[in-house]
Amino acid sequence: MSHFFKDTEHLLRMAGLFAAGVVGFVVLRAIFVPAGFGELGHFRTGALADNQSRPLVFAGREACEECHDEVVALRKGGAHAGVGCEACHGALAAHAGDPATVQARRPDPKATCLICHLPNAAKPTSFPQVDPSEHGDGQACTSCHRPHNPKVQ
Amino acid sequence: MPTTRRELLQKGSALLLLTGAAAAALEEVLAGTPEKAEGYRLQEHWWAMTIDIGACIGCGNCVRACKTENDVPREPYYFRTWVERYRVPEGDLEHPLVDSPNGGYDGFPELSQPDKGAKSFFVPKLCNHCAHSPCVQVCPVGATFESPDGVVLVDTTYCLGCRYCVQACPYGCRFIDPRSHTVNKCTLCYHRITRGLTTACCETCPTGARRLGDLKSPTDPIHEFLRTHTVHVLKPQMATGSKVYYAALDGSVR
Repeated sequence: MSHFFKDTEHLLRMAGLFAAGVVGFVVLRAIFVPAGFGELGHFRTGALADNQSRPLVFAGREACEECHDEVVALRKGGAHAGVGCEACHGALAAHAGDPATVQARRPDPKATCLICHLPNAAKPTSFPQVDPSEHGDGQACTSCHRPHNPKVQ
Repeated sequence: MPTTRRELLQKGSALLLLTGAAAAALEEVLAGTPEKAEGYRLQEHWWAMTIDIGACIGCGNCVRACKTENDVPREPYYFRTWVERYRVPEGDLEHPLVDSPNGGYDGFPELSQPDKGAKSFFVPKLCNHCAHSPCVQVCPVGATFESPDGVVLVDTTYCLGCRYCVQACPYGCRFIDPRSHTVNKCTLCYHRITRGLTTACCETCPTGARRLGDLKSPTDPIHEFLRTHTVHVLKPQMATGSKVYYAALDGSVR
């Protein structure tokens, strides 16, 4: 039995090197792999929260409708009923968060309409398109049409 | 309040079995939610988008809203979403003329001489939030990933800026942000959809051509839309598992 344990130095050396390799791997892995990596997939779980933490710039239609009842009533049944408020009025999360100090701007009464309604061959033919040089006598669209419910009455 | 024996054993065994960080986040991990998402459960959503080509008027609202909401550089080479105008000579599906001036940010000026016999339409584009994303597969460090709720996201703190994913995306939806030198792309407004809002592009789309949908919500109108429309995804031959569904898409669109 004793001869079996003779000349074991090279084996111990190898075992020591192997153990050092394992320890080195564990230590380096702990340093380089970020916390939370691999819990839900091959990514850092905290990256989800990072992506969620951006501030809002557009408030969303529901936020507008919480206060502006009269506009909700006016839009009902009209051709613009499905258009989000911020499609014309622009980003208004700041106004929705603090309506007293941050005022919403009134959209341009002609340029805003033409963003959508200027004629273009690539637009669906069913979409109402108006050439301002042939229609409206150069006046602002809002002099005849109410933007929230555009059909002239 | 003193720690009970049960709590001590639970936390102790969690620490023994998991790393320190994972043990601290164990409750959130078990609930399937990251720490900051209150009331939002990852496993209850699978996000997608529908785009109705027949309703898009090329107004560029989506492009402007996206840049505003997500602080995308205003230079005309950086887009998370953009709109292309296709003009297809009659019968010649293989040679469409495509333009996208400033990504459609300023809308589309009418052509002075529209091509005779050509048909023309707008195609809004964005990240397709593929279920089997080529961009995710090539990332060498795990900085870009498909989230459990079906959104392809980037971990900007971990991105090296190596550009592999920019080249791998078959849809050209990624760019290197000149400010951070890391990759930037559509997050499907992850900060909005996890708070119950729709994306900025869908919020401002005046015709409802773009709609966000949750395929795991049985009451979401996206199910009816997909049933009642002829829908396509872009480059289906690449088997990316794209989740941006186009209705009335012409065969000439690449």
